[in-house]
This record gives sequence, structure tokens and C-alpha cells, in this order.
Amino acid sequence: MSPIFSRLSWTARKRMLAALTVGGGFVGAAALKNAAYAKSENNRKCYPASADFPDVKNHNNLMARYMTPRIYAELKDRKTPSGFTIDDCIQTGVDNPGHPFIETVGMVAGDEESYEVFKELFDPIIFTRHNGYGPEDIHPTDLDSSKIRGGIFDSKYVLSSRVRTGRSIRGLDLPPSCTRGERREVERVVKAALDGLKGDLRGTYYPLNNMTEGEQEQLINDHFLFDKPVSPLLTCAGMARDWPDARGIWHNDQKNFLVWVNEEDHTRVISMEKGGNMKRVFKRFCDGLKEVEKQIKSNGWEFMWSEHLGYILTCPSNLGTGLRAGVHVKLTKLHKDPRFEDILASLRLQKRGTGGVDSSTEGDTFDISNLDRLGQSEVQLVQRVIDGVELLVNMEKRLERGRSINDLIPRH
Amino acid sequence: MNKNQLKYDTSEDYPNFKGHKSLLSKHLTDAMYKKLRDVTTSSGYTIDKAIQNGVDNSDFHLGLLAGDEETYTVFSDLFDPVIEEYHNGFKKTDNHKTDLDPSKLTGPDELDPKYVISSRIRTGRNVKGYCLSPFVCRSERRRIEKTVVEALNSLGGEFKGKYYSLLTLNEKDQQQLIDDHFLFDRPVSRHFTSGGMARDFPDGRGIWHNDVKNFLVWINEEDHTRIISMEMGGNMKRVFTRFCTGLTEVEKHIKSKGTGFMWNEHLGFILTCPSNLGTGVRCSVHVKVPFLAKDSRFESICTAMRLQKRGTSGEFTESVGGVYDISNLDRLGSSEVQQVQCVIDGVQTIINMEKALEKGESIDSLIPSSS
Repeated sequence: MSPIFSRLSWTARKRMLAALTVGGGFVGAAALKNAAYAKSENNRKCYPASADFPDVKNHNNLMARYMTPRIYAELKDRKTPSGFTIDDCIQTGVDNPGHPFIETVGMVAGDEESYEVFKELFDPIIFTRHNGYGPEDIHPTDLDSSKIRGGIFDSKYVLSSRVRTGRSIRGLDLPPSCTRGERREVERVVKAALDGLKGDLRGTYYPLNNMTEGEQEQLINDHFLFDKPVSPLLTCAGMARDWPDARGIWHNDQKNFLVWVNEEDHTRVISMEKGGNMKRVFKRFCDGLKEVEKQIKSNGWEFMWSEHLGYILTCPSNLGTGLRAGVHVKLTKLHKDPRFEDILASLRLQKRGTGGVDSSTEGDTFDISNLDRLGQSEVQLVQRVIDGVELLVNMEKRLERGRSINDLIPRH
Repeated sequence: MNKNQLKYDTSEDYPNFKGHKSLLSKHLTDAMYKKLRDVTTSSGYTIDKAIQNGVDNSDFHLGLLAGDEETYTVFSDLFDPVIEEYHNGFKKTDNHKTDLDPSKLTGPDELDPKYVISSRIRTGRNVKGYCLSPFVCRSERRRIEKTVVEALNSLGGEFKGKYYSLLTLNEKDQQQLIDDHFLFDRPVSRHFTSGGMARDFPDGRGIWHNDVKNFLVWINEEDHTRIISMEMGGNMKRVFTRFCTGLTEVEKHIKSKGTGFMWNEHLGFILTCPSNLGTGVRCSVHVKVPFLAKDSRFESICTAMRLQKRGTSGEFTESVGGVYDISNLDRLGSSEVQQVQCVIDGVQTIINMEKALEKGESIDSLIPSSS
């Protein structure tokens, strides 16, 4: 990154260049002392790749599905420019065998380059997870909220509306790999950008390790405070290291635009409000994102993005738009209809409990959101959610009046 | 390691130790971190990896783990003062003594089984040339497993036994190991997970024990091996003899394969956690002392005799029925013989106190002078 490099002192730059050029690896004082050892960074006894091949034959995740000894052997010799390896990528999948009913991804990226350097394994995972998205496909990005039709739901049914995504800062490693220095840099960059927001986007940043009791209380009451990740899917990937260093929460004064810093991704950006005005939520989402991007660009930074994968995030499941647009909707009668699951599936919608991912559904209020992330644009996905929820609400109203919904069922 | 780190001054990577209580946070200065951040051992272990355990857990006491044998020398600037403080002033210039000669034990062979329910000695051994559990890779872990299991399976006589790999353990064997209290826990504690010791579980992990079930080896838990000799009753001499013989035999076999245990003159046996350096020995009894348990001086009496008391479910548990786990406090700076002797002598005193209290007599004359 040229802004950083030029800020280093001459001796620091010299040291950096020396370290990067000696044998292409990193030579510490200790290695020089032990002439008997080869001068390589990772000087283990040299076993063939097969000796390290993970035992994943009874695992249920996409990494285990596509990992073969041949692929592993090929990828084992490679490293991304910052030094992330295939073993680093797959550790979470090795440590978490998963469950036959829930196929998790089992692999993460440590930096933008991971998706390229380890494409032999990422590509088939992306293909399967994202409905046949191929390695040559182009992902459309569209944050023009003016294209949305409808999207103002009956708040008797739709209790709240929310859109979230993630953004990563190009040039800084992702949560599984970042150093404390990089993570703090992410925080600095993002905070500076958010401090530049005006009008109804103006807000305040609350770093997790420097919060007053009162602030913490308020953030908990607003349901904004996030906690240290406890899911082994995340902790085994190294994402909880150094907690709570450089983690924080930013939100605007109106409390309807929120950014999480250094949780599962560099940033998670959330727009939400009570009630059914998804159109307004999405508009604020797009405006906010564009403003933040403008701010970081003015400081010489940009988001990780490519034509093929869209916005680059830590988990392959969030590539493309990284977007989850959802509502909390009360479907007292509809959810009891035996066709409910199929209806959702054909609308490309997913239901979750109102505690978010991994929570069970209780009662008759559901979190309904888009299933897809990659291969369709933000506008397309939000429009689908809007059209889908509109249909679900209509079905509910019919059932309330004791009328059939047969003609409303989407044909496959 | 993340090469981007070089772009940042060391001060930008220095951990935030606000609220931390560890020896790590006490001894790692900015200047020390500046000197050590960009240095690696020849296998690639870094100071950041060594301290991750302590950085992630503000309540830990030590906060450091070794990733290989070299960690203790390459990062000696940090490990030396921590070791000195933790191990009662053991200086970087001191030498530790190793002594595995059970004939040197004095006193009764057997502690009164009316009071001593069981006796146990454990230690750890790591195989030279491989990384330690925080940094070991799958190929190394499997090779360690193979090497150690081969050595154990070559043992005869009272040591004849069998290996149970955790990767292929069937239900019946698993239940038996649980019933025998041999199965070690899944590494889910913060100590294991923050330190990288839980990676790839249960690959390369297993339990070996002899047929008579008094000599047990854990493979690839916190150390490459944890060796345990135990039996019901109070014959600590026999437990120690078996312990030493077993260790010697295994070491002999491993040496014949061209390697050995990690050991040096200064630190004795090299283990993953600095708290276990030296002998790595925890020599313990379960002793039933309901009268003494009620005496408020019990804790300080133990400490004065360089003993630690715990509940019977191990570290950080409470006592049940007046039964306590009593073991040696020290690991580094005194030999195995000395530490086992310390436990024998101390427990003998504890038993004498209990007998006195049973008869309604005072124990004042029995209390060690330094308590």
C-alpha cells in the first residue's frame, strides 16, 4: 500500500525489503544461528503432502466434499503474498465435522488472494453453495435503490425490516489472518470514513475495549452490542484472536444505520427499522454504503471487490452481494400450511427464528430473507424479498378470511 | 506468518493488556516485543503465537506456550523472567537436576492405606525434533503417535498393554476408558483453544494403557505424551518405581530410533506450558482427612510443606467427604526424587496430624515451622 510504505522511515523500508527478498522467505536471527536447518520460514521435517492430508472422510462440509489428496498436494506448496496457506484456510472445516443435515462451508479466506491461489478448492465450493455459479461467471453489482418497486409492507404483519452486508478493506488481511496492527488499521480506516458521514447518517463509534458501563447498557438495550464469537466454526478459524482489540460498533444518531467493526468481517453494515418500509431501509443502505466508500477512497483506500466474485468477504457463503435482506413477519396461519416450506423455497427465501441464524422458530413470527448472495445484484435480491414477502402477506390475509391460496402458490 | 506485519512498527502490534493479570502482561515490555516480534524459531514459531493464549484470556496466570524446543531459547528474553517468577526464583543461569532413581526414596514404602486411598504420579515428555502441540502439524502429530505407540507396544512384563486411537475408538472401548477414568477431555477449554492445541482433534490423539491398568499414557494432548503411573492405596514407592522404569524403557526405545526426549541441563524436561518445566511431575495422593479438613490451618500447613491441596476431581474442584488431592507444588529446581519424597514426607505428617486429631490431641507440635 503506497500510503503506508511512504510513511515508513528509511530504515524500516530497508528492513522490509531485505526481509521480503532473502530467499523469498522470512529469515529470523534464530534461523541464522542454526546453520544445520534450511533457511526457510517453515522448516518442518519434510513430509510429503499425503502425510498431512486431513482425515475428513466422515465430515459433512463442502471443503470435505471437494478435498482430495491430489488437490491438497497441489495447494500445499502455495501461499498467498501475506503467507496464508491451504491448511490455514481449511482448519475450521477440519476441526468442525458438521452435521448431516446442515452442510457448512468448512473453509475461509485469509485475504483477497486466497480465492485465487486456492481456486481449485474454492471454485467447486462456490459452485455448489451458490447454485451453479461458475469460475468464469461475472457477478452484477447494483446499489441503485431507485429501481425498487413496492417494498412498503403492511406493518400489521411485517414487524421490522433489515438489510445487512459486509465490506472488506483492500490490502489488509481478513479476520482469520490479520495481525493486531492490521486489525487496528481497519478500525482506523473505517472510523475515519464513518466520522465523515453527515445528516441523518451522522453517528458515533464505540470501541469495545473502551466503553463506559452506561454506553454498554444502552447498546445492549438497543440490541446493537455483539459478543465475542463462540461458535467453533469461527473460533477455529482464528477470528476471535486478540478480542476485544480493535472491535467496535458504530451507529448513527437515529439508530437505523449500524456498522460492526472487526467482528466476522472487517465491517458488517446494517440498515434497519421497525415496521415494513423495506424500500426506505434499502435506500438508506445504498446511500450509506456509497458514502462510506466515497470517504475511504478519499483517504486512498478501497473495498475488496472483483468482477467475478463481487464483494470479497471471509466466508465463501457471503461472496457477491454479501447481502441478507429480511423481515420479521407474523404468519400465524400460513406457517401451519404444509406447503409453507415449499413456497419459501420456490421464492428463494429462507426462514430463521427471530434470534437470527441457528435460532429455532417459535411462535408465529419468522425472520424471512433471501437465500442467494452471488450471481444476482443487490437490487435483484431485495426485489425478490419484497415480492416474496408481499405474496406471503397476501396469502396470510387470504387464510385469515378462510379463503384458499391455491391460485397464489408460485409454480416451479 | 503474516508478512504484512513487517509494514507495521512493532508498537502498532503490541497487545493491549488492560485488565490482564498474567505474568505475560507483567513481563512483556514494548522494548522486548520490538526486539522479538520479527524473530522466528527455525520451524516458524513466533512471539505472537507464543503469547496468543495470554492475549486472548485476561484472567490467565501464565499466558505463554512453547511451540517447539527452541521457543525457550529464541524468546528467552520473555520466558526467562516469567520462569523465574513462576518457579520461585529459578534463574536463567540455574541448572535443574533430573533424578529418576527410586532407590533413593526414604521412609515407609507404603503410606497408611486407612488414609491414603490412591497414589499417582504424572509427567510429560515431548519427542525431540517435532513441534509442540500449539504448533505441531498433522504429519508430525501422526509420526509422534506412531513412534511413541511403537515404543509402548514393545514393552513387556507389567507394561504389556494396548493403544486406543481416538480417531477409530468404538463405543464399547470408549465407555470402558470413561469407566476407568482414563479418557482425557475433548480440548474445549480456553487454555487449549486459544493456544492452538485443539487443532485437528481427534487426529493423532490416543490413549495407551497396560493390561493391569496402572500405567497410562496420553498421546498428543497438551504435550506429545503424558505418562501416568497409579494404583489404589499408598505404595508411592512402587508407583514411582513403575513410573521410572516405564519412562526409562520408553526412552531407550525412542533413542534406538534416533531421537529422544526434549531435555536440557538448564530447564530439565521441555514441556509446552512453562509451568511444567523441570520434572513435569505432579505426584499426588487422594487422602481422607476429615478432621484436619476442618482445621483452618490446613491450607497453610500444606503450603509450608511445598504441597498443594485440591478437590478430588482435579484442579479447581472442591473436596468431597474430607478427601483431598495433595501434590507437590514445585516442578523446576528440584529433582523427581526430591519432589516425590516431599509428597511422601508431607502426607506422612498430614496422616500423623489426622491421627492426633482423631484422638482429640493437639497438632501444634506437628506443624512445620515455616507455616
